[in-house]
Formats: sequence, C-alpha cells, structure tokens
Amino acid sequence: MTFIKKTLASSIAIAATAAMATTAQAEISDGEIRIGYLADMSGVYRDLAGPGGLEALRMAVEDFGGSVNGAPIQVFSADDRNSADVGANTVREWIDTRNVDMVAGLVASSVTIAVTRVLEENDSFGIVSASAASSITNEHCTPNHIHWVYDTYPLANGTAQAVVQQGGETWFMLTADYAFGHALEGDVTRVVEENGGEIIGRVRHPFPTDDFSSYILQAQGSGAQIIGLANAGADTVNAINTASQFGVVEAGQQLAGLLVFLNDVHAMGLEATQGLLLTTGWYWDMDDEAREWSERYYERVGRMPTMVQAGIYSSTYHYLQAVEATGSDDPQTVREYMMSQPIHDFFARNGQLREDGRMVHDMYLARVKSPEESEGEWDLYEILTTIPAAEAYRPLSESQCKLVQN
Amino acid sequence: MTMIFGVPLAVFMGQLLLGLINGAFYALLSLGLAVIFGLLKIVNFAHGAMYMLGAFATLLGMRYLGINFWAALVLAPLFVGLLGMLVERFLLRRIGHLDHLYGLLLTFGLALIFEGTLVNFFGVSGARYPTPEALQGGFQTGFMFLPKYRAFVLVAAIAVCLVTWYIIERTRLGAYLRAGTENPALMQAFGVNVPLLVTLTYGFGVALAAFAGVLAAPLYPVSPTMGSNLLIVVFAVVVIGGMGSILGAVLTGLGMGLIEGLTKVYYPEAANTVIFLVMILVLMLRPAGLFGKEA
Repeated sequence: MTFIKKTLASSIAIAATAAMATTAQAEISDGEIRIGYLADMSGVYRDLAGPGGLEALRMAVEDFGGSVNGAPIQVFSADDRNSADVGANTVREWIDTRNVDMVAGLVASSVTIAVTRVLEENDSFGIVSASAASSITNEHCTPNHIHWVYDTYPLANGTAQAVVQQGGETWFMLTADYAFGHALEGDVTRVVEENGGEIIGRVRHPFPTDDFSSYILQAQGSGAQIIGLANAGADTVNAINTASQFGVVEAGQQLAGLLVFLNDVHAMGLEATQGLLLTTGWYWDMDDEAREWSERYYERVGRMPTMVQAGIYSSTYHYLQAVEATGSDDPQTVREYMMSQPIHDFFARNGQLREDGRMVHDMYLARVKSPEESEGEWDLYEILTTIPAAEAYRPLSESQCKLVQN
Repeated sequence: MTMIFGVPLAVFMGQLLLGLINGAFYALLSLGLAVIFGLLKIVNFAHGAMYMLGAFATLLGMRYLGINFWAALVLAPLFVGLLGMLVERFLLRRIGHLDHLYGLLLTFGLALIFEGTLVNFFGVSGARYPTPEALQGGFQTGFMFLPKYRAFVLVAAIAVCLVTWYIIERTRLGAYLRAGTENPALMQAFGVNVPLLVTLTYGFGVALAAFAGVLAAPLYPVSPTMGSNLLIVVFAVVVIGGMGSILGAVLTGLGMGLIEGLTKVYYPEAANTVIFLVMILVLMLRPAGLFGKEA
C-alpha cells in the first residue's frame, strides 16, 4: 500500500513538474529565440552596420550565454541590398517559414519603413539600430518596432544648432532624395530657422551618387555660408571629397555633415575632415566602459565599432534580458518590460524606451580631430558637449505617433 | 547677369564643363566596350570590374610598391590588360562558339567574383588616393573654379580616345583587326594569327577601362563597387551610340555627360535616370543606335 502511495505520489510530482516545464517553455515559441539580422551587407552602408553589426549581435548572444531560460538563441542574417522590396520580402519569409522572434539591424530608412509594416501586420518584433529617419517613431511608428541608436532629430538639434550659434546663418542643403534625406532636411530646416538662420537653396540628389561636382558647384554659386549635407555613408564621403577638390572651404564656405559615421571619417582621413562638427550617439573612446567593449570588438573584427554596431549589441542584450525576465517572446510583453526598465550600459546613458518606440539617451556633439591631435588610426573625435536625453529627441508632446495620446 | 532658363550663365557654363569631364569617363569606358563588342562580339560585363581593378592597382601600387600616379597611368592598364588576356585565352575562348549570352554570363560572374573578393578585404567605404602634386589646386576660369586635375582628365581621356580611333580605323593593324572579325578563316589563310589578335584586342579593351580607373582614383573613393555603379550607365551609352561603333561610343559618351550635367541643374532628382530615358527614346526611334548601321 505504501509502495503504491509512494509511486502514485512521485508520478504525480513528475507529471506536475513536466507540466510546469512545458508551460514555461510554451511562452517562448518553438522553444527557441530566433533573431534575424537584416542589413546592407554589400552596398554603400555596409561598413556602418553590415557584417560588423552581425558580429556585434553574435557577441551579445555569446555574452548572454547562448540561451534564454534554457531556450537556445539562433541567429541568421540576410542582405537587403538597400531595397525596400527585398527587405520586406525577406522578413515576410522569416516570419512565415522560420518563426523569427526579433528582426535586428535595419539600415536604410526606406527599407526599415517597409519592414516595420510587415512586422505590424504579423505582430512580430523589430529593433531598428541603423536607420536615421525620425519618422520611424513618428508618423511611421508601430507597436511592433523600437528605434535604438539615433535619428535625424538629434542630428539636426546637435549639429545644426551648434553651427548656427557659431554664426553660420545662411545654409544650402544637399539632400539625398529619399525618406531619410527628406526627414533630415526637414529637421535641419526647423532647427536653423528656429535659431534665426535661413535656408537659401537646396538640391536633392539621387541615392546613391558618385559624382557630386555639379551639386558642389551649385552650392558654391548660392553664396551660402554653410553647405549642409543631409545624406549618409558613401554619399557624404563623396560630397566632402569633391568639396575639398573644388576648394570650397578655402573659398570661405563651411561644410556641416549632419550624419557622419566613424567609418566615413576613417575612410576620408583627417586631412579632409578635420574640424567637421558632427552629432553622434556614441563614440568608442568616450569612456572606460565604451573602450573596454570596443577593444573586445576590435579583436574580433579588426576595426573600431561605429555607434550603430555598438547599438546592435546593446539593443540585442536588452531584448534578451527582457525575454529572460518575462519568460516570453511575445512582442508586446517584451516591449512593455523594456519600457519599464531604465537603460544604462556601455552604449546608452540615461536611456529610456518611450511609448512611441524611441529609445532616448544622451547624444554627443563631436569635432573631428586634426592629424596633429590624433594619436592613432582610430583616434578621430573629440567629444565637445553632451546633449541630455531629455533635450535631444523630439518631445512626445509634438509626436504624431498613433501610440501617443496627445 | 545673363541668365539661361533661370540659371546664371556662369553656373551654366560650369555645369557644361563638368558634364564634359564626366562624359570623358563614359567615352573611355564605352569605347573599350565598343571595341570588344565590335571585334569580338562579347558583351563584356566585366568592364566595370576592370575599371575598378585599374583604380585598385593604382591605390595598392602606391601603398605597397611606391608606384606614383604617372607610372600607374601606364602600369595599371598594362597589368589589367594582361589579366584580361588571361581571361580571354583561358575562359572566353572556350565559349566563343556558343551564344553571346554565355559570354555575358561568364563576364558578369567574373565581375561579381572580383568585386566580392575585394569587398571582403577592403569593405565598401572606399579609400582616398591623393591628387598628384603637379595637378593640385586649380584655375579661376572666370565662371568657375576648375581643379587642375579635372582639366587633365578631360585632355587625357579625349587624347586616348582619339588615338584608339586612329589605330582601329586608320592603321594596318586596325585593318587586320577589322578584317579578322569579319572573316577569321580568310585572315587565317593569309597567315595572320587571328586568335592572338583577338586576345590582344580584349586585353586592349579592358586596358582602356583600367586607364579610366587610374584617372578616377584621385577623383572618387577607390572602392570595389565603383565599377558596377558606372557599368549600367556605360552600357546605356553604348546602346545609344550603337553597338560596335567606335566614334559613336566616344561622341555619345561626351554627349550623355553633357545631358546629365544639365539635368543636375534643372531637375537633379532625374540625374540618374535621364540617360536611360534617352536610351528608350533612341531604341524606339533608331533601334540600331545613333551611329550604328541598320542590321
């Protein structure tokens, strides 16, 4: 009798444990966390995110231990070739056939906006790290994505404001002709005009463009004090190089690069870029925590990380922490948890995820060093001021996002 | 100030000059394509990659071997030309008897391999090549500041185009080339080594592309994708000019540079598409191209 009781009791106990285990497991769909990394792996934006970003994501997964609550983390990637169609189709396929839990990377703003629509339709989740358009968490916001590293709003706030305050009042805008360029141009126009400056001319160039000589000539002809570059990546590099060939700076005009990445400055060299003011979300050499992580990254990749690559690590790690804490990979559960936690790591200072999906954190106004000041291949920026998180980004009171009650 | 359609004359003239300089690049590249297509009937999709290799040979030559720009102007085309001859001798020749499509696919594949390999080592940000010292600075021309180097590019490119045209149309060697492609068997019977001639022609065609690459190195960032960006435009130029027409390729190249330059002033959003619009118009009205012979 005791024997039967004992057996019965232990069977029930085993059954109960098993049942509990399956309940916990059921919260993480398929018993696996699947992260798809979508980025430009071969085109003009490759070096700012690309394979380096994928490596940063892998570092985050490894540092997390490779699994969450016993569920292994699987990472796969694809090249969006800067095409909105390719990006949206890839993500649709990931959702349909691979049950992707989180889409990371996301570079060109046009691709991102297309992808976030797919994410919303299918109630999946995405973390945007590399795109710039502030519209991604404004008119294009969805409950299914968040935006981590930076956007055009603080870029304009930081750089344009600093330049106007230094006396650069008349501007000529050189704008990349797509979502990101338009957003940046709009934000810059607002900041320049609010500070008493004026936009006296602009030209929208196709994306991407190799030859900027014609546009630089038009900018020279305009007589503006400042030539604002509302473009990114190779376009900015080409524009700055062309400007130096045409003696723009010698003739008394100044360039304002509104979105300049570390790899751009590295590619152009300090001779061509010294003195350039820029706004960045992070810099590898800004303090000990940042340096320590960057040195680990450097050992794996052989280059110093851009703010985007660091942001991919940071956002992935926070995502995994949220999955671990909630025991779920449901997009809304995870997002709510991420919003409830302050975000502070080697990347984000005073970080907070808002209801529009914008992760606001401290931004920095930097100046590119001169060749004499620089002490090494990657010693490129001097951080001038910190733009506090609360002032850097578009205030929620001005938001057009459908998730914000105004 | 005199205005032309709402644009100051000075700006207008400046844009024309810049358009002409870009046109010189189109001319050099489409010339190489036209020579190869005209004489070998190969649609050389590796042409952009050869242009890119010319620029990379210049950059790496300076970085690792200390070769200066002027030496690179000769050595880089030689190196890429040799590479092209190897490609012709060992790859293209094997498929010479098949449909043109196979040549197109083979050269396209080669271009992807060259590009992909270099992307792996150098990324896509591109490296800067310094403007040669003798050509730094520029002239104040009255209507614009013209960098000396761009003026040099214009002169050098047009000179090379003219020499090429002269060799093919006006010399004995050129006559052999043209005859060899019309009727290889007959030429062979006359004791001319036609396969060698074909190899040399392909080498020469890609050397022209590499020459353009050397000229481009100080102007644009040297990056593995620089060729593929340009190639499609250059193909459009060749189609507009007429496949296989040497003089047509040069004149169309310069003309398209001008049209593109003006578009950049009046409607910059269309600067990347205007050449294709012209191409569609030409295909509709004169399918053989502006300078092509009706088939």
